[in-house]
Amino acid sequence: MTGWRAGLAALCLTLALWQAVVWATGVARFILPPPALVARTLWDSRLLLAEHAAITMAEVLIGLALGAALGFVTAIALVASPMARALVRPMLVFSQAIPVFALAPILTLWLGFGLWSKITMALIIIYFPVVSSFFDALMRTNRDWIGMARVMGATPARIMWHIRVPAALPGFASGLRLAAVYAPIGAIIGEWVGASKGLGYLMLLANGRAKTDLMFAALIVLAVLTLLLHAAVNRICERTLDRPDAG
Amino acid sequence: MAGSASIKGTPIFSNLDLTLEPHSWTCLLGASGVGKSTVLRLLAGIAEDVEFTGAQSDPGRVALLAQNDLLLPWLSVLDNVLVGARLRGTPPDTGRAHDTLAQVGLSDHAFKRPSALSGGQRQRVALARTLMEDCAVVLLDEPFSALDALTRAQMQELTAKLLANRTVLLVTHDPAEAARLGQTILIMTASGLIKVATPSSPIPRPFHDESVLRAQADLFDQLRSPQ
Repeated sequence: MTGWRAGLAALCLTLALWQAVVWATGVARFILPPPALVARTLWDSRLLLAEHAAITMAEVLIGLALGAALGFVTAIALVASPMARALVRPMLVFSQAIPVFALAPILTLWLGFGLWSKITMALIIIYFPVVSSFFDALMRTNRDWIGMARVMGATPARIMWHIRVPAALPGFASGLRLAAVYAPIGAIIGEWVGASKGLGYLMLLANGRAKTDLMFAALIVLAVLTLLLHAAVNRICERTLDRPDAG
Repeated sequence: MAGSASIKGTPIFSNLDLTLEPHSWTCLLGASGVGKSTVLRLLAGIAEDVEFTGAQSDPGRVALLAQNDLLLPWLSVLDNVLVGARLRGTPPDTGRAHDTLAQVGLSDHAFKRPSALSGGQRQRVALARTLMEDCAVVLLDEPFSALDALTRAQMQELTAKLLANRTVLLVTHDPAEAARLGQTILIMTASGLIKVATPSSPIPRPFHDESVLRAQADLFDQLRSPQ
């Protein structure tokens, strides 16, 4: 409950500060709209916002699912094969040195203006954190468990599936939590570069037409959806992947 | 098993000559760092980092019970007992697992998680898991040293009863434990194994038995004497 109250208090403080800045500076609406105007726009444009939010969330969720699945498989492959580790890990690190923003135009060129360039963008942005945290957890498996399994006559594949993967699921969960926050960023970048739908597209459009209130409204919707997604992923991870008693 | 071992060039032991008496308990006693656990890992076939020169007859499939119970926290007690079958990809014998849990007195706990059990109960689950392996040779690596004195005594008796007539190698640093459970007692030193006179009564021997107490005292002296 204290968490809720603190959050609510922080929200009120933010709104008050925002309103205070608007009053104090007398800034034009198209530079900084007052909170009340943004709230009205949120309500008046709810259908428009919902339509674009649905597109963005679809991109995010598909990107998240694909990125998580691909990351899961990659991490296992990297752990299972020293050869793959030697070849792929430098590539992974190198790929992180390329700013994803720079890739967006190329992806749009290759995959078109539709959903797939945004899904791929979200996938790319979450792939590394998922692989990295799951891989690290897989490499940290208790050696004694592995020794015990080998004494029992287990093959490496069975050790992987019955010991290492379940033991590393909390690590996979921490990757997923990061991914839930990063995936919307990827989708929005994709939409900025070239789209005809989605919250990112709506933001650019509103900005270009000096409808700053609508831009703020879209931004708020995006932030709330991201928080909800993170909370949902967190809940799912707590129920299925985390083990407070893991030893 | 006879030979010398080293890890990354550091000698662990040399000129060791160890033979396990079939269907009997052999206790390997020694100070920390003398290489007892290395012997055990070599016998278990999980000592890649050890360079061993010498001869070792294959003991076949062995079962291992260590100080750490190594229960998997995400599996129930029953599934932990069945983990060997799961790891080998053979059909699990749930009926026998329940029977084995009954033997160690944990029938009521089959569907609990290991985290809900006490240290002694966890070690009994590990014992049940070891029994499920049903191997002729069982390696015990200080399995009771993390338990409190009372629980340790109970576990020693239970383990001796359930592993009677198997070929057991018990690695321990506790002279009292060796005196209670060893049918052959060997002290491991840097220069090799010393065979020690052992009470002839059946195991587990009672604590207050005079021969056990004397054996314990003798073992203490031998361990403390400069070698």
